Amino acid sequence: MITAYALIILPVITGVISLFISSERVRRNLLIIVAFIHLFMSILLCNGSAGELNGIWIGLDALSRLFLVITSLLFTGSATYSMVYLDKHPHFNGPAIAGLRMPGNSNAIFAACMQLFLSAMSLAILSTHFGLQWIGIEATTLASTPLIYYHRNRRSLEAAWKYMIICSVGIALALMGVFFLAMATSSHVHQFTPAGLSLFSGYLKVEWLKVAFIFFLVGYGTKMGLAPMHTWLPDAHSEAPSPVSAMLSGALLNCAFLGILRIYQVCVAVPGAAVFANELLIIFGLLSLAVSGIFILHQPDYKRMLAYSSVEHMGILALGVGLGGSAIAAAMLHAAGHSLVKASLFLLSGNVLAVYASKKVEDVKALLKAMPLTGALWLAGFFAITGTPPFTTFNSEFAIVRVALQSGSWKVATLYLLFLLLVFIGMLTIFMHMCFGKKGEQEVDGTAGESFWQILPPVVFLTTALLLGLYLPDFVRNTIDGAALLLGGKAL
Amino acid sequence: MNGIATLLAISCMLLLGSSRLLVSIRMVAFQGVLLGLLPLFVAGSGHIGAAALILSITNIGLKSILLPWLLTKALFESGARREIEPFIGFGTSILSGVVLLAVSGYIVKRLQTTAEISSSITLIAGFFMVFSGLFLLITRRKALTQTLGFLVLENGVFTTGLSLGSEFSVYVELGILLDVFVGIFLMGIMLFHIDREFDHLDVDRFNELSDLAVDIASNEEAGE
Repeated sequence: MITAYALIILPVITGVISLFISSERVRRNLLIIVAFIHLFMSILLCNGSAGELNGIWIGLDALSRLFLVITSLLFTGSATYSMVYLDKHPHFNGPAIAGLRMPGNSNAIFAACMQLFLSAMSLAILSTHFGLQWIGIEATTLASTPLIYYHRNRRSLEAAWKYMIICSVGIALALMGVFFLAMATSSHVHQFTPAGLSLFSGYLKVEWLKVAFIFFLVGYGTKMGLAPMHTWLPDAHSEAPSPVSAMLSGALLNCAFLGILRIYQVCVAVPGAAVFANELLIIFGLLSLAVSGIFILHQPDYKRMLAYSSVEHMGILALGVGLGGSAIAAAMLHAAGHSLVKASLFLLSGNVLAVYASKKVEDVKALLKAMPLTGALWLAGFFAITGTPPFTTFNSEFAIVRVALQSGSWKVATLYLLFLLLVFIGMLTIFMHMCFGKKGEQEVDGTAGESFWQILPPVVFLTTALLLGLYLPDFVRNTIDGAALLLGGKAL
Repeated sequence: MNGIATLLAISCMLLLGSSRLLVSIRMVAFQGVLLGLLPLFVAGSGHIGAAALILSITNIGLKSILLPWLLTKALFESGARREIEPFIGFGTSILSGVVLLAVSGYIVKRLQTTAEISSSITLIAGFFMVFSGLFLLITRRKALTQTLGFLVLENGVFTTGLSLGSEFSVYVELGILLDVFVGIFLMGIMLFHIDREFDHLDVDRFNELSDLAVDIASNEEAGE
């Protein structure tokens, strides 16, 4: 229990402290140390045999175990990566605003916001109370906006403003959903948590629960990047520094997804609401797949391509949960696989960007020759993200098709495969152009972008995704099956 | 309580029709005061607990003193005074406001058949504030007005929650309030940055990043 609270509180304390540390080195070491302590404690907590931690405010079940470990792992990778990244980018002293001088320079704000972001995500994952979870998810927006604006230029400002406004409005609607959900409960319910509400599902008012689900789906769906509420996502993910993009895409989208899963957990217990929720999830999932398929074709910017691919994968997650049965377990596995692969791709895109100084696909050629390691990993990442065997993403994407076919939803399965094919073709042309292609006139010195710390996190993430594809260890399988059971699904 | 709800609705109408940014900021500050008083009336006279009192004071302090102060500073810094040519004119905005109010009334009437609602007038005001907040966000050009629109939207959500009687513990309420406050504070800081980077606060000229509006952006660049 103390560990759970420490996971949330520790990064806040160290984050505020790092605002006031003037030494660059001390601050960075603190960030790394916090990342590793957080990872260690998360694993300790999830490994704990003390039974399910199930409080009114904070709790731990299979779902939060899964997302907590992914988030913590990605944060450790991103923090390690950002050590080198920060060296290569100039920082600015804090501007005076409204007569107040902000403490520290932009790197201090970066370190502080990274840790606050970690804390907010931990809160969003570990909270059981719907109100507290809302606070956590809104706090992630607040902590990550300064991170997106790290480069202090027009484009990043525009991206940060869009992110802030669109996500805040979305999350405000989710708060309406929380209020409506409170209306659906009766006086029998003592705990305003998913478990507490499912326990008294017979007393829930179905109409209000449905209204609440719509608001949750639209509200948190905005944050998760489901089409058509995804408009902020390509901008924010492409303009943010690469380690931040990796966190946004791999960890933050999952947290928002968890927000939807928590109310889904309640809907499952109420028969009328479950069918309704599934239909909506399938529609939004397919729509996201369609939108990403269309925008990935001929996408001129490779970071935006990765961002649209995130929209695609969020669509797959929503679709998987909507199909029910063992597709839910597959969706959980896919969430883990997507996070690992997408985070490594975003980190690698940072290496490419550092050397080629352009986000345009047409400017990057012969990546394999110029940067052999990054190029090879970039290509491996392509196979992983498009769901090619033997990566784990193949297993999960395939399991979702299988369930769709078994349940007789031919239309859904066809559309799903069609959109996956579209995305595959779109990404194939882009990756082929970048990796091979004819070498341009100017010589590119690739060694600058391939230091040890820039290569290690993507290697670890991609290897994990590969190993999970070859063999699913028992503790992973148990967690995924447990999460699926909570959501009314079947084991994988 | 119904009186306060009516005042809230009227202040929204005035916001929709006001072209002077300073007046708009004051109007939102006034809403903050009303909103601060609302929990006290919901609790009923004589039953005002410490929790309601804390919530009310924090609300007034944050929403009607601190945030308006920050936004006013941002306004003076930028030198902008008026909302120029919104996408939908001020007269039409007020007319739309009337329609939105009617829609809110209709929704509440429908809701009453499924659940007992203690105060339908407050709920109508809450929905109306949510709608007008969204309306301001969509139709206005200035980043400052968008911030105000978001604040109105949040106020509306708060009012809706209050009139539905969905009471969480005071910690959750304070946490929600803190989140909203920090959010608007960040938006306020970004207003300064936007003003410095772009020399204007017009959000509709934010088009460097869109996938669809590439042509417009390049045309504009050529024009400059």
